[in-house]
Amino acid sequence: MKFKVEVFVSTRKDVLDPQGKAVEHALANLGFSGMTEVRVGKYLTFFIDAENRESAMAGVDDACEKLLTNPIIEDYEINLTEA
Amino acid sequence: MKFGVVVFPGSNCDHDAYYAVRRVIGEDARFVWHTERDLESYDVIILPGGFSYGDYLRAGAIARFSPILESVIAHAKKGKPVIGICNGFQVLCECGLLPGALIRNRSLKFSCKWVNLRYEATGSIFTERYYVNEIVSMPIAHGEGNYFADNETLAMLEDTGRIVWRYCAPDGTSEWSSSDAEIPAYNPNGSLNNIAGIRNEFGNVLGMMPHPERACESVTGGMDGLRIFESVING
Repeated sequence: MKFKVEVFVSTRKDVLDPQGKAVEHALANLGFSGMTEVRVGKYLTFFIDAENRESAMAGVDDACEKLLTNPIIEDYEINLTEA
Repeated sequence: MKFGVVVFPGSNCDHDAYYAVRRVIGEDARFVWHTERDLESYDVIILPGGFSYGDYLRAGAIARFSPILESVIAHAKKGKPVIGICNGFQVLCECGLLPGALIRNRSLKFSCKWVNLRYEATGSIFTERYYVNEIVSMPIAHGEGNYFADNETLAMLEDTGRIVWRYCAPDGTSEWSSSDAEIPAYNPNGSLNNIAGIRNEFGNVLGMMPHPERACESVTGGMDGLRIFESVING
């Protein structure tokens, strides 16, 4: 089976996100009110061939832990869609 | 002594490190391309500054999986000296030889200037020739030098005396408030506890954001970095 993979990487809650802070200030300066807790992250897409959804998920999860994210400072979410 | 300067695609302080060792100190130094695996003949490994693999994904993240890194890790595990400078420090954190991570500077700006550092912790093979509480000056040049670690790791580093360099004022003042409200002006990137460099448990691995190799001759503005290389040679 082939899946389209989307990985959403965000800075962990307890880690300062200077980019998010800067964007938040810029939004406020431009008059966009009520927009708080801005975080800037990363969005990765790729395809994976796997036997089934579970093994695809396990493979992507492993890649996230080892390379795609740094667990010390980042969280991630994976979205799989059958391609 | 034979120094190996690891060269990744995008390293740009490799020649500075090579020059410092070879021309200033007068020891043997060779460049080691990132696809090589054999470090048997080297005594000291330098992971230099730069932008390995364009800093893609995260600084140091892809360099960490270069073929050479396995050998660097093995070299370190044998207790042999490894120093990571700037991007090299980022690689050491990514590969787990040092704890924590280096994130975007709080200012979001690339910071390139001379800073004052306080030497705090003995026990590193690279710093025997400095005096505790000595204030030295070295240049920094980075956009992602903001040291982060969770509270437990920070406490461990403090308690075990592994914070080798701390950013400080010219008079040596280096204060950090856990309230996080005010970052001192002498802290150039927002690093927690004003951390500029840390060592591993055994003292053979040192990671630091400032560039000692750029501070080895008075013509470049100062010589406070020279003793890093002298220390590891003479012990």
